[in-house]
Amino acid sequence: MAATKSRPLSPHLGVYRWGPAMLVSILHRVTGAGLSIVGLAVLTWWLLAVTAGPDAYASFTRVATSPVGLIVLVGLTWAFFQHLLSGIRHLVMDTGAGFDLGVNRLFATLTIAGSMFLTALAWYILMGVGR
Amino acid sequence: MSVGDSATPLGKVRGLGSAREGGEHWLTERVTSMALLLLGTWLIASLLILPKLDLRTVSEWLHAPSGAVPMALLIIIGFKHALDGMKVVVDDYVHEPGNNFALNTLLLFLAVGGGALALFALARIAFGGGA
Repeated sequence: MAATKSRPLSPHLGVYRWGPAMLVSILHRVTGAGLSIVGLAVLTWWLLAVTAGPDAYASFTRVATSPVGLIVLVGLTWAFFQHLLSGIRHLVMDTGAGFDLGVNRLFATLTIAGSMFLTALAWYILMGVGR
Repeated sequence: MSVGDSATPLGKVRGLGSAREGGEHWLTERVTSMALLLLGTWLIASLLILPKLDLRTVSEWLHAPSGAVPMALLIIIGFKHALDGMKVVVDDYVHEPGNNFALNTLLLFLAVGGGALALFALARIAFGGGA
């Protein structure tokens, strides 16, 4: 099994012109990594703070509602919706559908518009009704 | 279905062709993503519907089966999906076998450890004396 012959490589990022599909593709990866690392860390910290009692929960709330904390939480909300919508797009494309240029571009653009709209909506509800 | 059979005769002689594995990983990513579509939406909706996000409200929410069971599923499936996704990122960018193995092992430990920590916290809330 001598696999010495070098395999053909596709040209790398630099040769392509940016478009919605490319942007959504890399956003799916970036938001996925962000949710995996930051999102799960915040979720775990939050659950631990609930078990640890009022002082720990107050510490969590203080950090979460600080300017930096809010930026992170709004970012996570946007990452969640972007990853969710582009994930649905990927599931559709896995069936072989949605590869026509116009359709593909439209749905890529819709995931970006949708994630921003849903993030704004979620925080409007949270700020308005919540505390 | 033997994936390796898809290689051409010339490809077999050269030791080229598919890696003969990865199909299950790919499919698991999709199936967990469908579960997280439901569970992630449940989490966001719950956070928006809960009257307050103070310690008492959150404890009562996660103490009830209707909160604890979906949260347990979200933790298990969420950490699994994060691990599968991060493995793809590592495999795409880290080609040297030693580094690749080290990073994937680190990710595995982080995912299993983080998941266990989150589940432990949830169990204490769910099975504890209540708020």
